[in-house]
Amino acid sequence: MRAFTYERAKDASAAARAVAGNPAAKFIAGGTNLLDLMKIEVETPTHLVDVQDLGFDKIEATREGGLRIGALVTNTNLAADERVMRDYGVLTRAIVAGASGQLRNKASTAGNLLQRTRCPYFYDTNMACNKRKPGSGCAAIGGYSRQLGVIGVSDSCIATFPGDMAVAMRVLDAVVETVDATGQRRSIAIADFHRLWGDTPQQDTVLKQGELITAVTLPKPLGGKHFYEKVRDRASYAYALVSVAAVIQPDGTGRVAFGGVAPRPWRVEAADALLPRGAAAVTARAFQGATPTKDNAFKLPLATRALASVIAEAKA
Amino acid sequence: MPSISEVELSRRGLLAGSAATAVIAASPAGAVATTPPQASATPTMPVRFKVNGEKRELSLDPRTTLLDALREHLHLTGTKKGCDHGQCGACTVMVDGVRINSCLSLAVMHEGDEITTIEGLGTPDKLHPMQAAFIKHDGYQCGYCTPGQICSAVAVLDEIKRGVPSHAQGDLMTKPTATNVEMRERMSGNICRCGAYSNIAEAMAEVAGAKA
Repeated sequence: MRAFTYERAKDASAAARAVAGNPAAKFIAGGTNLLDLMKIEVETPTHLVDVQDLGFDKIEATREGGLRIGALVTNTNLAADERVMRDYGVLTRAIVAGASGQLRNKASTAGNLLQRTRCPYFYDTNMACNKRKPGSGCAAIGGYSRQLGVIGVSDSCIATFPGDMAVAMRVLDAVVETVDATGQRRSIAIADFHRLWGDTPQQDTVLKQGELITAVTLPKPLGGKHFYEKVRDRASYAYALVSVAAVIQPDGTGRVAFGGVAPRPWRVEAADALLPRGAAAVTARAFQGATPTKDNAFKLPLATRALASVIAEAKA
Repeated sequence: MPSISEVELSRRGLLAGSAATAVIAASPAGAVATTPPQASATPTMPVRFKVNGEKRELSLDPRTTLLDALREHLHLTGTKKGCDHGQCGACTVMVDGVRINSCLSLAVMHEGDEITTIEGLGTPDKLHPMQAAFIKHDGYQCGYCTPGQICSAVAVLDEIKRGVPSHAQGDLMTKPTATNVEMRERMSGNICRCGAYSNIAEAMAEVAGAKA
């Protein structure tokens, strides 16, 4: 791990200023992903601003009938919140499908959104990776790509966003709230929060340097049945090959987003409308224009089958 | 300090020696550390926390993980370093009552926290019920992952009692119970190279008062 200096911020704008003024500074909350990457020197911040004292650790009802989740609420506390379990089951299901109990106890809501890809070439500093080292190339293209993206990827990067929580938040149309060094607040729809890689895969999200996530809000509950179906190489504690977050209404309409397939939670609203016509119709639309590799082409039929299983369960 | 057998002593000595070498010579998981050790490059920072009920004060390089603070600075070597990347669970300890991977947390971030390690759960003379159950049910072979398994197991039963949901749960609104499937799912962050899983689940079931 490279040397760094450390400070524990007392308020949000001071934290934002400390990071905005130093391109090599980073916020740290749970640290479960950042420290992992710092140990292998994929991340090399020279200054860390610890945000644990900023008080963003509550889940509150909003006037609109939804929930406002503080950025520092741990994954465990979010999943275990009674209102979330009752009204936003897809979110609890997604969170408990990810990581381990130990990690969920430490990982924060904001950190979960900001976790970086698990592409093996991003982790291996001996390999070319445009995301880790812009302009160095992409060793994943033509390499071992079984776990990597099938849609929304580019000629410079085929990595996926690896998380589960955000896939459920995409189905729920969550909004990410931030504050920057000047005190300016901004609300970013989860649909716009994670970038498609294009020519600049080093930039995962639309956040600016020093822009701090303060909360994630959920609109009022959707009703319906909630599902998070995750297909992976072992039964627990593994990243998704494909995951399906869905809220299905009694009349068969609903919403669906896919994880493990793209640089962001993958939802196509026009595909949602096809839910009453079955899984194949939905995935044909949602994955239109997909560019899988030889190694990960299996993800396309797998997504259809995972969704078919969800739809069958919704009808049962 | 309670007496321990000579066999254990020499084995511990050997492990401690080889672990120290490993820290210098190797980096985990095939990763390549490119920076040479920087002597006196970083000023140390003070941190105070409680470990197993005792107040401790340390001055640390901010890079020091909670795991390294416990093992290398406080010499509480019960907590083990396995992968050092949060994948194996050998470093599991409890902080303010919940289990975490101590390898993925900076010690300086734990100012004022209460940390419980395997040494704080029980002693050879006065075993924690989970330690006794692990012995009775053969919940280990080589023993390296065991302190993490036991800390995790104690925390898992508490999580079930508090109604923390899991992937194994059918209905989210029905409180979870300590079934075999629940415990296996919740223990998935603790890897055992010897494969003592079924016996670990038996030990946990005994402590939970349920049948595995």
